Amino acid sequence: MGLTITEKILRDHTDNKNAVAGDIILANVDKCLGNDITAPISFDVFDKIIEGTNKGVFDREKIILTPDHFTPNKDVASAMQSKKLKDFSYKHKILYYFEMGRVGIEHCLIPQEKLVLPGEVFIGADSHTCTYGALGAFSTGVGSTDLGVAMALGKCWFKIPESIKFIYTGKLNKWVSGKDLILYTIGQIGVDGATYKAMEFTGDVIEKLSMANRFTMCNMATEAGGKNGIIPPDNITKNYLKDVEENKYKIYNSDKDAQYEDIIEFDCSKVEPQVAFPHLPENTKPISEVHNMQIEIDQVVIGSCTNGRLEDLEIAAKIIGNNKINSKLRCIVIPGTQEIYLEAIKKGYIELFVRSGAIVSTPTCGPCLGGHMGILAANERALSTTNRNFLGRMGHIESKVYLSSPAIAAASAIKGYITSPDY
Amino acid sequence: MRGIVLKYNQKNINTDLIIPARYLNDSDPEHLGLHCMEDLDHDFKQKKDNLKATIIVADSNFGSGSSREQAPIALKAAGIICIIAPSYARIFYRNAINIGLPIIEFDDISKINTGDELEINFEDGTMNNISNKSEFKIGKMPKFLQEIISIGGLVNFAKKIILEK
Ligand code: SF4
Repeated sequence: MGLTITEKILRDHTDNKNAVAGDIILANVDKCLGNDITAPISFDVFDKIIEGTNKGVFDREKIILTPDHFTPNKDVASAMQSKKLKDFSYKHKILYYFEMGRVGIEHCLIPQEKLVLPGEVFIGADSHTCTYGALGAFSTGVGSTDLGVAMALGKCWFKIPESIKFIYTGKLNKWVSGKDLILYTIGQIGVDGATYKAMEFTGDVIEKLSMANRFTMCNMATEAGGKNGIIPPDNITKNYLKDVEENKYKIYNSDKDAQYEDIIEFDCSKVEPQVAFPHLPENTKPISEVHNMQIEIDQVVIGSCTNGRLEDLEIAAKIIGNNKINSKLRCIVIPGTQEIYLEAIKKGYIELFVRSGAIVSTPTCGPCLGGHMGILAANERALSTTNRNFLGRMGHIESKVYLSSPAIAAASAIKGYITSPDY
Repeated sequence: MRGIVLKYNQKNINTDLIIPARYLNDSDPEHLGLHCMEDLDHDFKQKKDNLKATIIVADSNFGSGSSREQAPIALKAAGIICIIAPSYARIFYRNAINIGLPIIEFDDISKINTGDELEINFEDGTMNNISNKSEFKIGKMPKFLQEIISIGGLVNFAKKIILEK
């Protein structure tokens, strides 16, 4: 019987060489990650485990700590959390601790720094760790206890997931991006449509998709309940990794006779840009319908681990051009990392955003989780390129969040209501 | 394991309903337990105490939303010894096991009602509804997960491995 890419990677990270989907394994993890919200709890777990032994972290070069959520520290409580990351990092000589000013949104930063590679098992105490499946790694979000244990043992337990294969075919319509494909997918299968499952994204559309769009798709696997999103590596992946020696990573592919729980095919020529309505990512509608509703907005956010990459800023900059941000709204642009920020400066996007009347922030999660840098008041509506539009996610419990791609967000920022660059 | 049921016929009971974010500034389990489920049902504590309920039964996708581990901690601290639902959000599932809170995937929740007394045998994978005299298969919990629960959670499990090394 053939195996999926997810089964193969996990099997190769455990002693059980016959393990298949459904089996529970204790896997060796290649890297583990925590942030300013989740890592502090993991440190307590870690301390409890090693208490009374002479043990330390399993490998100081395989732990990554990114203070990115409430940073630059928004208040005293968040400063205390960030300090815990710093103190732990210096105490245990953690190699990949990113101080503010060098940190970025973790799921933009880690692939950029090549801290995750094809074929690896990567865990993060953050649900969007599934982003790195775009590189052909098994990558998933876990709890703080899992991270604490991984920092001590270098291991994590998993039930090897069954896979659902998604096949995307046909020609993409104008302005349709990875974000639209994943929103469309979640709209079709629902927020629990892939619970516990691996979501394997394939098809000629995926094969042509840029890495930035692939990251966006895998990022939102968790929004369908998925354990991981994964895209088998190809030349686009290899090109992204051109500075990494090829013997440093391992490329896996699903067998032709691999067993899938389900195979779902989408004809993308029928997919329009999508908007997810409050308060679930599955509440999607095509832009033609949304445009007619003339939904006025108070805030636009372009950024996050879903859409804070250079390509995202580029599309937004091209659409905004010499236009001004609509006088009735705030537009907040957040590059995902310092490198993306610098590139955007070099290419003139940042100047363009500022001239248009947008706010540009240092990399941070900020408004995505209602942390800071753009909190909504009661009855305000935001259109955001982030990944969650749960009740109260971006501020007041009576505010509303709509989700879209950067193209739709930028066009709407100019017009003042949710629309497409084409209208 | 034996216990009395408190049932919520609701899908997608998310971690914000289990323990609202406003209480996360203090991670003391006792404090979390006091506010457990309060946004879902203001009378949760009273109902639970009146019935002496220790088992929660709910509809699918229990524990969706954030990866906050405080959710299963709050339930455990509130005296809940087991949760039964057709499905769980996956990180909630992990977190529950990791802190030693048993959790059962069971589709036929219509066969269980508030006030029923259940007897659950994890080793044979059976569940007895003593109140309406019916018996169900619940499937055996994988050995590995049973082991984590019986030792009191993943921290103790990891500690054992470290000490054995
Ligand atoms: S940008 Fe948003 S979704 Fe991504 S890691 Fe930060 S808070 Fe989480």
